[in-house]
Amino acid sequence: MAELAVDKHVKYILAVEKNKDSFESVVMDPLRMNGAYWGLTALDLLGKLDSVNVDEVISWILKCQHESGGFSGNIGHDPHILYTLSAVQVLALFNKLDVLDIDKVATYITRLQNEDGSFSGDMWGEVDTRFSYIAICCLSILCCLGKINVEKAVSYILSCKNLDGGFGCTPGGESHAGQIFCCVGALALTGSLHYVDKDLLGWWLCERQVKSGGLNGRPEKLPDVCYSWWVLSSLIMIDRVHWIDKEKLVKFILDCQDVENGGISDRPDDAVDVYHTYFGVAGLSLLNYPGLKAIDPAYALPVDVVNRIFFSG
Amino acid sequence: MDSREDDGGEPLSRMAEWRDVTPLPQDDGPNPVVPIAYKEEFRETMDYFRAIYKADERSPRALRLTRRAIHLNPGNYTVWHFRRLVLEALNADLDEELDFLQRIANSNSKNYQLWHHRRWVVERLGANAGAKELNLIKKILSLDAKNYHAWSHRQWVLQALGGWEDELGYCQQLLEEDIFNNSAWNQRYFVVTRSPFLGGLKAMRASEVRYTVEAILANPNNECPWRYLRGLYKDDIKALVNDPEISSVCLKVINMKNNYVFALKMLLDLLCHGFQPCHEFGDSVVALRTSDTDPLDPDLSMAICDILEHVDSLRASYWIWRKNKLSVAAV
Repeated sequence: MAELAVDKHVKYILAVEKNKDSFESVVMDPLRMNGAYWGLTALDLLGKLDSVNVDEVISWILKCQHESGGFSGNIGHDPHILYTLSAVQVLALFNKLDVLDIDKVATYITRLQNEDGSFSGDMWGEVDTRFSYIAICCLSILCCLGKINVEKAVSYILSCKNLDGGFGCTPGGESHAGQIFCCVGALALTGSLHYVDKDLLGWWLCERQVKSGGLNGRPEKLPDVCYSWWVLSSLIMIDRVHWIDKEKLVKFILDCQDVENGGISDRPDDAVDVYHTYFGVAGLSLLNYPGLKAIDPAYALPVDVVNRIFFSG
Repeated sequence: MDSREDDGGEPLSRMAEWRDVTPLPQDDGPNPVVPIAYKEEFRETMDYFRAIYKADERSPRALRLTRRAIHLNPGNYTVWHFRRLVLEALNADLDEELDFLQRIANSNSKNYQLWHHRRWVVERLGANAGAKELNLIKKILSLDAKNYHAWSHRQWVLQALGGWEDELGYCQQLLEEDIFNNSAWNQRYFVVTRSPFLGGLKAMRASEVRYTVEAILANPNNECPWRYLRGLYKDDIKALVNDPEISSVCLKVINMKNNYVFALKMLLDLLCHGFQPCHEFGDSVVALRTSDTDPLDPDLSMAICDILEHVDSLRASYWIWRKNKLSVAAV
């Protein structure tokens, strides 16, 4: 079986962060904050977070904060809940949450909750269960989850539960592994997992594994490395991960590496990117691949980072 | 990227129209974390956009500039935001905006910003836009019938603006084209349960069961109709157990001795909920035994778990768990 080419992936991630000539990087510019989270969390899991200049990153992050308390994807862009979570997660990686005015960030998020308990992404009002997860995860990291209406948030998420036990983006929306991760994660972080039919959902999730060993996101679709995270973390949160064939999944992820140039792609032989590199490494961590730091399935941050937030006062 | 229809991609610095504007370069700070080298046209367009954005100029040329910027990078959500502000300020023709979105839809069919912008536009156009919108979404789905964004948007249009009458027929058509399309099955369920014209799930159940059984018999390894079948009996498991059509389709598929995993699972679920099988079921399951599973457990449910453990080996742990659960229940 192939091995994880750790050094190549570290080199790839650092190059992506520094050397921005490609069309891909230009396109990624408005969501640089997400890219920073993917790249830096992957580096931390690989044990190489110290390869990065902390002060430069922190200073750039703070430049992305707006008056409203929200963060944008990059300097000169508008704030959005997506980048607010990534910013908070990156600060948590570096143990720099103290640079934040927590009330300010919390206010931004609280104002995005709607009457029915759902969350909008920003002032323009797009609603999606992704944003429910983001709001709950972000405020949980900042230890002020009580600032939103948790009961209504949970009830909205449950209204997106489908008959197969899965969850969609809005009520009636098709069950999709990415949305399931968000809903299950949000329910986990609010102590509401008892509302999940774990056996039913567990079976739906383990049915995502296809012959190649990879996981897809919906019935009859192709496998993709990113589902190694969305499906796997969901299975772990509902305590059903033993229902998939872990060895075959490890092999699938490793087959998605570019062992020459570093990076991981969505499926074998495709082009690599930071997003799939992070999800491949995170998936391997969940599968206890040797040499990787453990990652928390709900917070999507290394376990030691999460412990530091909650157990060091 | 689509080609631009309005300007010929001429450099802005050479256009008389933009002579009064000083373009603003990107401010990455003194020590940029991520210094970026742009292609010239991209760089120039974004420099002019930054100037307009900072000046909050909501003019016709600003509208054209956002279109150019969107073509160059449709993932730039700030440009989409600003475009909405400009559209509002100019009280622009939103039917034209919808046409613009439709032209760039195919190369941006999975772009969150585009779909959200589209909803914003349709919301403002109101009920009259419903029928046209449903038609336009069909065009997009004809290229990718599982596009999650398109389906999510379609569900919103139906609920906000109506148009339910033809939706079941549309699902039917899509399923004829690809019976494995899980999104179409999901939409079918959406329509059957929510359409104001169909009478609700219970009223539709019998005909839907017949339809689904046909689909199963054509492709018993198709995950979708099996889940759909279960969904038709939401909260009414007794009715599921008692419906002879359900147990009958399981038996038919098992007797085919091929692609019977889902059929066995359904039968197992029925047994766990009190289904009383006639001897035919036992005989059919026994006929599936191989050297791996011989001799089969005399208990039908246990035997099914044993067979599935071998035949669906990726999920062996799941079937072992199901079997253990049976032993616990039996105690």
